[in-house]
Amino acid sequence: MRYAILVLAAPYSHQASHSALRFAHAVLARGHQLDSVFFYHDGVCNAARLAAPPQDEPQLLDGWMNLSAEHDVALQVCIAAALRRGLMDEREAARHGKSGHSVEPPFELVGLGQLVDLGLGCDRLITFGT
Amino acid sequence: MPYLEEQNGCSTKGDILLVLRHAPHGSSWLREGLDIALVGAAFDRDVSLLFMGEGVLALLSGQQAGALGQKGTHPTLQMLEMYDIDALFVEQRAMERYGLVQEDLILAPQGLEEAGMADLIKHHDLVLTF
Repeated sequence: MRYAILVLAAPYSHQASHSALRFAHAVLARGHQLDSVFFYHDGVCNAARLAAPPQDEPQLLDGWMNLSAEHDVALQVCIAAALRRGLMDEREAARHGKSGHSVEPPFELVGLGQLVDLGLGCDRLITFGT
Repeated sequence: MPYLEEQNGCSTKGDILLVLRHAPHGSSWLREGLDIALVGAAFDRDVSLLFMGEGVLALLSGQQAGALGQKGTHPTLQMLEMYDIDALFVEQRAMERYGLVQEDLILAPQGLEEAGMADLIKHHDLVLTF
């Protein structure tokens, strides 16, 4: 089955991101295909490249990046929701005259149309964080 | 669609159903949910909206942006028609809970009981809750 995941809550504030990452691995372990994890609403904060949680806590950012590297899962971030919350890649930072960037690959900034396509194209879209 | 007119039922079919469960102004849930509706419609998808729980307050007439300087969601709601989003529903129980009648609301949504909401959800390919 083709799955996609929608994450709507910020990491470390809520359980949702942790559960979503575990669910992603469970989906893959069962032999399903996971097309993408889409981050929207406060979920875009999962893409913050400067996140530095204490070492004895789960490293969510590494978790997402490993998921992408090992299983070819796209990490898509809604660009409008991200920009509002100070999350932008190098290109957007340059466009907005900001001195640094806070998002880098494998996270990619995309439009909401990608979420619509995912939701209608995959067999299951599972939401975390409502 | 000459079928399924069960008692209290709802025969509206569509691609995407947005279930909106948050009031305007207090958070960005409503605004970011509505954004998906607009994008879905712009991508030529049939979009329906169900205002549930405190989400019914989104439709209360006479709202202004107010002291916090937020844009508010009424301008977006007024644009729905332009996007051909005309399948609008409210949870009847929530209306009663807030002491509202149809005349208090903009856009003349259709009231649904529990069975109607269940039908509505069943007849959409993608259901997103905000």
